[in-house]
Amino acid sequence: MTITDIIKELSSGMGITLEIFFVTLITSLILGLGLSLVRMSKVKVFSMLARIYISIMRGTPLMLQLLVVYFGPYFIFGMQITQSYRLKAVLIGFALNYAAYFAEIYRSGISAVPDGQYEAARLLGYSRSQTFIHIVMPQVIKRIIPPVANETITLVKDTSLAFTLSVTEVFKLTKELVAAESSWVPFIVAGLFYYVFNLLVAVFFDRLEKKLSYYR
Amino acid sequence: MNLLEMNHIKKSFDGLEVLKDISLTVNEGQVLSIIGPSGSGKSTLLRCATMLEKIDNGDIIYLGEAAAKSQGEQAVYAKTADLKRIRGYYGLVFQNFNLFPHYSVIKNITDAPLRVQHRNKQEVFEEARELLRKMGLEDKANAYPYQLSGGQQQRVSIARALAMNPKILFFDEPTSALDPELTGEILKIIKDLAAERMTMVIVTHEMNFAKNVSDYVIFMDKGVIVEEGSPELVFNSENQRMKEFLGKLSGE
Repeated sequence: MTITDIIKELSSGMGITLEIFFVTLITSLILGLGLSLVRMSKVKVFSMLARIYISIMRGTPLMLQLLVVYFGPYFIFGMQITQSYRLKAVLIGFALNYAAYFAEIYRSGISAVPDGQYEAARLLGYSRSQTFIHIVMPQVIKRIIPPVANETITLVKDTSLAFTLSVTEVFKLTKELVAAESSWVPFIVAGLFYYVFNLLVAVFFDRLEKKLSYYR
Repeated sequence: MNLLEMNHIKKSFDGLEVLKDISLTVNEGQVLSIIGPSGSGKSTLLRCATMLEKIDNGDIIYLGEAAAKSQGEQAVYAKTADLKRIRGYYGLVFQNFNLFPHYSVIKNITDAPLRVQHRNKQEVFEEARELLRKMGLEDKANAYPYQLSGGQQQRVSIARALAMNPKILFFDEPTSALDPELTGEILKIIKDLAAERMTMVIVTHEMNFAKNVSDYVIFMDKGVIVEEGSPELVFNSENQRMKEFLGKLSGE
């Protein structure tokens, strides 16, 4: 089997890997923001619940969480698990897990905005939502780019955990190819794929950081 | 007319009484300075007047409209919509400027008039440029706060407050974060505003400035007004505590 064949074979899984990556990134960035706000809520019960959730999601393996999301409907509700649920379970599991990490990143960013910014906005008559959207969030985004970039790079590599639920992404295909061809070249090709993917991610965040460096 | 009336203001933090029955009035065109040692409650008084802190008891009345009214044991604040309108009557210049770092100078000044007051864009920008000229910052419109000196930042923050066309402008130790050279430029601007009959309430440590620019001076200590009146009266007061305070400042 030539390298071209290997790349061809693996590329059929790249679409799924990209799907897991982008869907997780977008949903968990949105969920994470909501979760961070609940976590910082003045209502003790809410903030406590968010805290427990984050603690569990960060404290247990993602692989285990994927299995729980996948088998949960069957064991808890006695529902029949369908073939198409595999990918959905992966997407749900990833989003729930990454939301916890992003929530903590948002929280650190939001609490780093000085009280004076809120006070100035209040004196100028901005509503609470205007203050959050126009004054606080832009500053938060600038501050959290480095940790978000870190998390995103981890996500690229974590997509390989989808093999746990037999989702046909790059990593699962690689393992199968290695076994079928008794060649370790697919490992190298897969490694290169993840590396280049992450290189692009790093370049993207680097540009974003530069773009936002017009102020301090 | 009294632009601001504060009656019997009481405020405690965790059982510690910071303001003990403070009353004051601010007339149109008046410049009122509040002086006193650290911990005297003068900044808290300002934060209560601007509703950054809630008072425990007393009245806060702007232009005859009650923002807070004493009802028995506590102060009751007006409805949100009323408070929103009342907040439009005054502006505040902070000790550490609190400019929005992600906005250029001109955007810092124009954003609230446009977004909050929904005023005409062209008019707002013209007014903002005029304010910048007045502050001697016409060439800094597109700069970002971090590129400016402390004195320049404070001038922008004064322009930002003035752009809202407030009836009263509060200053919370506007020169405390600045070195003496930069202090002068801010004090000059406040003097110019006083000459234009801008109504101002200034919490300050600059005694000479308070003496020269104010119509009325309040000396606070330990949460009460110890002495108040015209600058001549207050600075020549026979009050022991007042004399002590001024004596310490002049190093006698």
